Amino acid sequence: MDTSALVHAVEGYMYPNEVDLQWSVLIVLYPFITGLVAGAFILASLERVFNVAAVKPTYRLALLTALAFLLVAPLPLQLHLGHPERSIEMYLTPHTSSAMAMFGFVYLWYLMAVLVLEIWLDYRKDIVLTARASRGWKRTLYRVLALGSDNISEGALAIDDRVGRFITIIGIPSAFLLHGYVGFIFGSVKANPWWSTPLMPIVFLFSAIVSGIALVLLVYMAISFLKGREIDMPCVDTIARYFFYAFLIDFSLEMLDLIHRIYEADESFKSLDFMVHTRLYVSQIVVQIGLGTLVPLALLALTQLVRLSEPARKTFYSIAGSLALVGIFAMRWNVVIGGQLFSKSFLGYTTYKMAFATREGLLPAIALLVLPFVILAGLIVLLPPWAEEKKAAEAPEAAA
Amino acid sequence: MTLDRRELFATAGKYLIVTAATAKVIETFLAGATPEPAAYAVADHWWAMILDIEKCIGCGNCVRACKAENNVPLEAEYFRTWVERYHVRGEDMEHPDVDSPNGGYDGFPDKYAKNDGARTFFVPKLCNHCAHSPCVQVCPVGATFVSPDGVVLVDKSYCLGCRYCVQACPYGCRYIDPRTHTVDKCNLCYHRITKGLLPACVENCPTGARMIGDLKNPKDPIHAFLRDHKVQVLKPQMATGSKAFYNGLDGSVR
Repeated sequence: MDTSALVHAVEGYMYPNEVDLQWSVLIVLYPFITGLVAGAFILASLERVFNVAAVKPTYRLALLTALAFLLVAPLPLQLHLGHPERSIEMYLTPHTSSAMAMFGFVYLWYLMAVLVLEIWLDYRKDIVLTARASRGWKRTLYRVLALGSDNISEGALAIDDRVGRFITIIGIPSAFLLHGYVGFIFGSVKANPWWSTPLMPIVFLFSAIVSGIALVLLVYMAISFLKGREIDMPCVDTIARYFFYAFLIDFSLEMLDLIHRIYEADESFKSLDFMVHTRLYVSQIVVQIGLGTLVPLALLALTQLVRLSEPARKTFYSIAGSLALVGIFAMRWNVVIGGQLFSKSFLGYTTYKMAFATREGLLPAIALLVLPFVILAGLIVLLPPWAEEKKAAEAPEAAA
Repeated sequence: MTLDRRELFATAGKYLIVTAATAKVIETFLAGATPEPAAYAVADHWWAMILDIEKCIGCGNCVRACKAENNVPLEAEYFRTWVERYHVRGEDMEHPDVDSPNGGYDGFPDKYAKNDGARTFFVPKLCNHCAHSPCVQVCPVGATFVSPDGVVLVDKSYCLGCRYCVQACPYGCRYIDPRTHTVDKCNLCYHRITKGLLPACVENCPTGARMIGDLKNPKDPIHAFLRDHKVQVLKPQMATGSKAFYNGLDGSVR
């Protein structure tokens, strides 16, 4: 008796080795988290490279958010490996034809060469000033963070600014690379028709931008609310506008992919179509496309077309941002889990049963989603993103 | 001592005869001994499999032999080789009924009525040992590789267990061994073929539906088989350079 078919609720025929899913909810987190990183960074770059002054209040916050999530990004992968202790081999003996082998290098490049360096250059003056004004362990900590530099003359700061700008310019293609690359990992698997499309890196990229912008928008509004600070409305209005535009492009690309599949209707289509109408119906049609895309798009469109009051705009932005994050998480879920629910024979379907308190269960997944916020809170204490504003506010009084 | 020319020739001739006779004795003696088996020269082979659907009776001997020989977990989610039963009604190539209860390990219980107008046949599956293997391409550390004799192998001491290769295989031939947390798949019984033995599935097939052949050996019967039969590989559109050739493969098989 084929007991595994009963245990896994297999419908139709699957190759026997396919019945167990290989990539779990942790692999759903991986593109979700790296997407948030890329999106947050691209938002930060708007201010720096394209001189969108309105989004300046979120510049540093976006960078810190990107860093907090980037630090967590490799953890779900590490946790998922059968032999985590061997992951160092990806750096030491990378197999050059493997898309996955490049992850370590893309990641390190982005983390060290772009994000950390850019944050350090931007904060260097603050770090040096804090070190000078502090005593004891705090002084030591900030001296270490300053990496021995103490020169905050105007000339030195001008160099910082120029180098920082240069790094941001390199950073934008790097952010595109990071997340386009994650899309390529899936898009290049020719054995899997649900994944195999050259649109995959681009769809991943734009959904990343959407999710990153939504996250920074929400974090900024939440922190302002918690700290009782006034929300800078021109800033959130501008962010919401970019949010809307990026979302429109993302949605168009996803629809292009969908329409293309439906019209082409190749050998895999019937199988995938059946899956979308059954096992993926809730996560794909209801959550991803309906709640996670159409509703927030409609809300954002409303804020663009109709003159709404400030509280109404804030409410709409919060709802749209939250729904977009849920929708993009659902999109990652539908790609990663959905891509494993059907048989490569196109004759059957399996189910994914998420465990709870196991290595690849729901509990570690939740922990990995909470962890970046804990890191972000720590980073905000260490490197306050709004120090400049405070001083700017105090400065006129001092001058008077 | 002085030798004249006659004596020199006589003495030299005697030595020559004795030496030649001794050499002949030694040579005869050595030829009579069992010769040392020639060491397996990995670059001198290029292995392929023939699977003859016309001959497969779905007995499951190959599946049992494989699991026993290679210590494959006995659960129904882990197979290096398995057998599928196809039941195709007339022209309906797109919707064959396919089953493989426990991978065919226990054989196939009767399911279809005789003379129901459909064609029923068995399809043995195993790693296709592709020459352009997608699983080898994606392995991030090169733990899975094509050996110079054309066999796709896995270095278990190096495999990360990332499972990218499982996703990349179009044929569903790979599984993660729950005991080692590394990937496993058919290796054509590499420990046997390198000693001149047959893979366990081939050895145990009662009808000769499975054959292994060395494409680099001009005397191998595989050349005659490929000349005399119309063969096909699975999913040719994947362009993997599959080396599992099927005789009598129905178009409904995927």
